[in-house]
Amino acid sequence: MSSPVSNETRRIRTLITGHVVPETEKCIQCGICSFSCPIGIDVRLHAWNGEDIEDPKCLTCGECIEHCPRGVLHFEVTGLFNEAKQ
Amino acid sequence: MSRYTIIGTGVAGFSAAQTLRGLEPKAEIKLISDDPHGYYSRPGLAYYLTGEIPEKQLFPFYKKGKINLDVQHTVARVTRLDPKSHTIEMNPGGTQEYDQLLIATGAHSAPMDVPGSDLKGVVTLDSLEDTRHILSIIRHIKTAVIVGGGVLAIELVEGLVEQGKKVHYLLRGDWFWSTIFVEAESRMIEHRLVEDGVTLHHHTEIKEILGKKGKVIGVRTSSGEVIRCDMVGVGIGVRPQIELAKAANLQTDRGILVNEYLQTNEPDVYAAGDVAQIYNPQSGQSVTDNLWYPARKQGRTAAYNMTGQHQAYPRTVSVNVLKMGGVMTSIIGSIGTGRDEGPVYTTRGSSETWKQLPNTIATELSTGISNIRLILGQQKLFGAIILGDQKISRQLKEMINDQVDITPIHDQLLQPGPQLGKVIMDYWVKTKK
Repeated sequence: MSSPVSNETRRIRTLITGHVVPETEKCIQCGICSFSCPIGIDVRLHAWNGEDIEDPKCLTCGECIEHCPRGVLHFEVTGLFNEAKQ
Repeated sequence: MSRYTIIGTGVAGFSAAQTLRGLEPKAEIKLISDDPHGYYSRPGLAYYLTGEIPEKQLFPFYKKGKINLDVQHTVARVTRLDPKSHTIEMNPGGTQEYDQLLIATGAHSAPMDVPGSDLKGVVTLDSLEDTRHILSIIRHIKTAVIVGGGVLAIELVEGLVEQGKKVHYLLRGDWFWSTIFVEAESRMIEHRLVEDGVTLHHHTEIKEILGKKGKVIGVRTSSGEVIRCDMVGVGIGVRPQIELAKAANLQTDRGILVNEYLQTNEPDVYAAGDVAQIYNPQSGQSVTDNLWYPARKQGRTAAYNMTGQHQAYPRTVSVNVLKMGGVMTSIIGSIGTGRDEGPVYTTRGSSETWKQLPNTIATELSTGISNIRLILGQQKLFGAIILGDQKISRQLKEMINDQVDITPIHDQLLQPGPQLGKVIMDYWVKTKK
């Protein structure tokens, strides 16, 4: 089914309008997420505290999600920037 | 001011210490363990072994080697507990008094009970010291034999494959982890292990570990075959460390028996984590968990009760998500027992609650790259196992945990087709609103 919005556009939109969210109960605190973050955000600490990664420096590059061996992290669309635009 | 003592620096002990410090900023909190490294991510050892993370990454909350909780950490073995006089004996350290005590001694890997199990080269993956030991001898190892059917064994298999070793994996049943997985699920994982170069040996146990000059040179299997190797990795299961409690006349079974407030039969002694066997008033049974997050929650609950704040252990469904053979796998809620292979030790990374199952039906969908098994009653989902694509695992976990009424989609779940994911996703969205 064709869509007027390409998958790539969709992906970029998600990245700029969402953030990384942990599921604390899956996390075993191995720290691979923090280790793989290119700008040194302590993603693991967020997971321990059950906090979304709302750090303004977060690039939403997805490295932490990609490397987590326990499927703890996922993107969630927050609509923050959409609301700001309106 | 109360004096709190916690025996064990795993996640249950650490979580209790952190909670106690939050509740009572000025209280005296002592952490005692015979693991010299204190609190670290034990499940993370698997990724240290594969080389994915450096050792220092295993230590959360440490700054310059110190944990900022203002707790006194003593490396010692607690040799005796006397609940009547509220004292423990430590070596080194002598006798110490406490007001409230938490036993969070965890579970240790069960040793092999075969000739040769004391040879150099017989290893396990229980602690940081174990992992350091494997890595210290790894360059001399060409071939390893791994035995055991759960998480610990497969972590050893994958770690050694990643280190470039030839690995023989001995399984005593028809397929990998047959007490949890059905055949199709297990074969997905086995297939990937074989692709990675692992040689699988089904219906095979070690009868003897062969040695020369005190070192492993091979194993003799139940079929009489000799497999040459220079390392034997043992992951046959874990045993809760209940000896201290038993000697102190605390009530024990498989673990230390505690009520839903994590209190033992001695009012000022609590237990949490892998060592605790917790009473569930709903089922009337006492069960153990060998999972990280329940241990953390138990530590927290115990801490509240130790300070006098009565709080029952908040039960949620037990979940474990991990990669096995590179296949992302979620095990959620009650999934029943696959095959009963006789008395086996509890497996690390598992929960006895997975095996509690009322009258249910299992439904299964396999798409080649993923496999979904749902355990459902007439009105609700009891459990799920998802291998491969995890798109609906979070939704299933929530539906199981929240005991969502599935009556409207019950028939569709019983006849799963390619639309199963959509049915579950749409229903989850609908019930979320």
